[in-house]
Amino acid sequence: LNFTSRTTVNEYLAIFKKTVAMHEVFLCRVAAHPILRKDLNFHVFLEYNQDLSVRGKNKKEKLEDFFKNMVKSADGVIVSGVKDVDDFFEHERTFLVEYHNRVKDASAKSDKMTRSHKNVADDYNRIGSSLYALGTQDSTDICKFFLKVSELFDKTRKIEARVSADEDLKLSDLLKYYLRESQAAKDLLYRRSRSLVDYENANKALDKARAKNKDVLQAETTQQICCQKFEKISESAKQELIDFKTRRVAAFRKNLVELAELELKHAKVIMVLFWPLFQLVLSIKC
Amino acid sequence: MAAEREPPPMGEARPAELEELEDGEDLFTSTVSTLESSPSSPEPASLPTEDLSTNSNGPKPTEMIDDDREDLFAEATEEVSLDSPERDPILSPEPTPAITPVTPTTLVAPRMESKSGTAPAGFDKSREEIEEEANGDLFDIEINVSDPEKVGDGMNAYMAYRVTTKTSISMFHQSEFSVKRRFSDFLGLHSKLATKYMHIGYIVPPAPEKSIVGMTKVKVGKEDSSSTEFVEKRRAALERYLQRTVKHPTLLQDPDLRQFLENSELPRAVNTQALSGAGILRMVNKAADAVNKMTIKMNESDAWFEEKQQQFENLDQQLRKLHASVEALVCHRKELSANTAAFAKSAAMLGNSEDHTALSRALSQLAEVEEKIDQLHQEQAFADFYMFSELLGDYIRLIAAVKGVFDHRMKCWQKWQDAQVTLQKKREAEAKLQLANKPDKLQQAKDEIKEWETKVQQGEKDFEQISKTIRKEVGRFEKERVKDFKTVIIKYLESLVQTQQQLIKYWEAFLPEAKAIA
Repeated sequence: LNFTSRTTVNEYLAIFKKTVAMHEVFLCRVAAHPILRKDLNFHVFLEYNQDLSVRGKNKKEKLEDFFKNMVKSADGVIVSGVKDVDDFFEHERTFLVEYHNRVKDASAKSDKMTRSHKNVADDYNRIGSSLYALGTQDSTDICKFFLKVSELFDKTRKIEARVSADEDLKLSDLLKYYLRESQAAKDLLYRRSRSLVDYENANKALDKARAKNKDVLQAETTQQICCQKFEKISESAKQELIDFKTRRVAAFRKNLVELAELELKHAKVIMVLFWPLFQLVLSIKC
Repeated sequence: MAAEREPPPMGEARPAELEELEDGEDLFTSTVSTLESSPSSPEPASLPTEDLSTNSNGPKPTEMIDDDREDLFAEATEEVSLDSPERDPILSPEPTPAITPVTPTTLVAPRMESKSGTAPAGFDKSREEIEEEANGDLFDIEINVSDPEKVGDGMNAYMAYRVTTKTSISMFHQSEFSVKRRFSDFLGLHSKLATKYMHIGYIVPPAPEKSIVGMTKVKVGKEDSSSTEFVEKRRAALERYLQRTVKHPTLLQDPDLRQFLENSELPRAVNTQALSGAGILRMVNKAADAVNKMTIKMNESDAWFEEKQQQFENLDQQLRKLHASVEALVCHRKELSANTAAFAKSAAMLGNSEDHTALSRALSQLAEVEEKIDQLHQEQAFADFYMFSELLGDYIRLIAAVKGVFDHRMKCWQKWQDAQVTLQKKREAEAKLQLANKPDKLQQAKDEIKEWETKVQQGEKDFEQISKTIRKEVGRFEKERVKDFKTVIIKYLESLVQTQQQLIKYWEAFLPEAKAIA
């Protein structure tokens, strides 16, 4: 009975399942996206039958990312103060800010809960092996008893570990994913707001230019570009946000259903395993 | 009352023996006199020990009853010279100062009946009844510890517990009665019982542990969940302690135990306080004992004892390991419960902010399910603890008591050996005096030799007796252990099964709600 090696294998399998699932979701999303699906990189990724040599970000690129984030968060503070005339976006913004915070909280709490579950499963493991040691050493009739109960704990432990892994997969990962998604949606809103600010600034600049009658053409061009950008981003943002809701509802539905089904399955399996062993334990003559 | 020296009364219906014994003589002396005076009993060649050792039974209480019945039982003695060792202990009281007859009081009744004629048959029957009683089939006593109540204020406050006894044993004055006792009363009881019975080989169940931290919280008046938990833990432990103590057929006969259960007022046991004079003396003695134990090198002639000691050592280690794992489980399960509750709240909040109606409702329901599951975890943690963890803790302490009893046997052996050494010295001294020709000192030396010869024989007798008692006690302990573990573990497994059943119910109810998300 090699408890440690089996646990490690099971843990590895659980993590593997997780990673595979996340990748699958990612690829499906890209494939479903009207624009992204047409991306050449995506096609290469799916079709090229030899090793893709992907290089990681070098220092310069990592630094760029860092600064971009800094700018974004600083900017975000300024931009979020601007109230939107469009009801749809205003509602989305209010919704997303609150939703994001709550998903963050739920994700963290779910993580803690799944970790506790795992701890309990680990304890069952230790108890099982202690009982086994007791059973093999005991001289009284109680030894068969200990051995049987040890078996019970061992079997239950495996299931509890699976419960923890499934909760992690279906609940924690879902929440984590939507935490990032809602952040991405917020980022999109931010970009749109940024673009709105640019548009408004361009309008002001145009008025100024017209007033001074200086660089009017340039100001007009800038204003037109900004307007187009803004309208384009508003249009795609609206679609993306509507899609976001649809996807979110579908993903939650899928995962919650699967979570409930798995929890049910595990509880029933434990009962099925438990029952005969339990009866056997009751029948041991002491 | 010199509790240690005086044997506990052997039953209300035998005042005759009581009077004989109250002189403070040990059982042997009175036995000697009755044996010598009884014509039908075998003539002791020298000391009664020799005679009694040929009988597989020790001196019987029967031999001390008034002349009326003496002949009857002397007859019975001869007839019922037993081979089966387990029947032995039941009738032979221990020939040491702190006497404990194993015979329950009901023994008296059949005895009286057999007076009228069919002596041997009646005698046998009563022995069977005694055996049954000792095995617990007719054992009818139930103890409950309940209603913890705080008495007093500040640092002088204490918890009083109600101890209710329900019994059909005739030794008690009523069939149902209750008293109020505080924790130190329990410790006092244990202290008395341990002093009386441990050194002759009886495994006295240990009392629950003191806890300065726990009690201070209660005294200070913190009405929070941790102090309620502490009080409940203690109440349950006290109940288990008393239940184990009364299950012991010998201890049940003890007058201190009876006084504890029955008397409405009990003198306050101050010597149980950790920092009292007696407490410090106890600590010093414990340390001295530990040192002595290391220096006693016993020639174990009986492999059984060596084997058993090793077994108990192993068992102790294994139980401690298991106990640690179960304590970890209790801790983690409490954490799981707390984390599940936190998640439930968080999921409810998420449900509130979700703007898709059906999903919002499903999330709220998920929150409800998780809240119910949190309750389940709490109950399971409770079961983990009270059934499993506390049982292991109790047995770890019980095994310490068992080890203590083995140590007493070693000390007893040492005493015997020491007596032999002293006897040898006295003999040598006498030989020297013989040569030196000092008649007055010679007589003293001869007297001393006689004295030490008696002590040596007493020492051997004591050693044999404690060995015999320990064998019996260990047998009983093992039986009880098996029973205890089986009962508790089955109850615990039932709790696990129940949790699973509830989980199935909850998730089955949630599944359609999740599917309803459109």
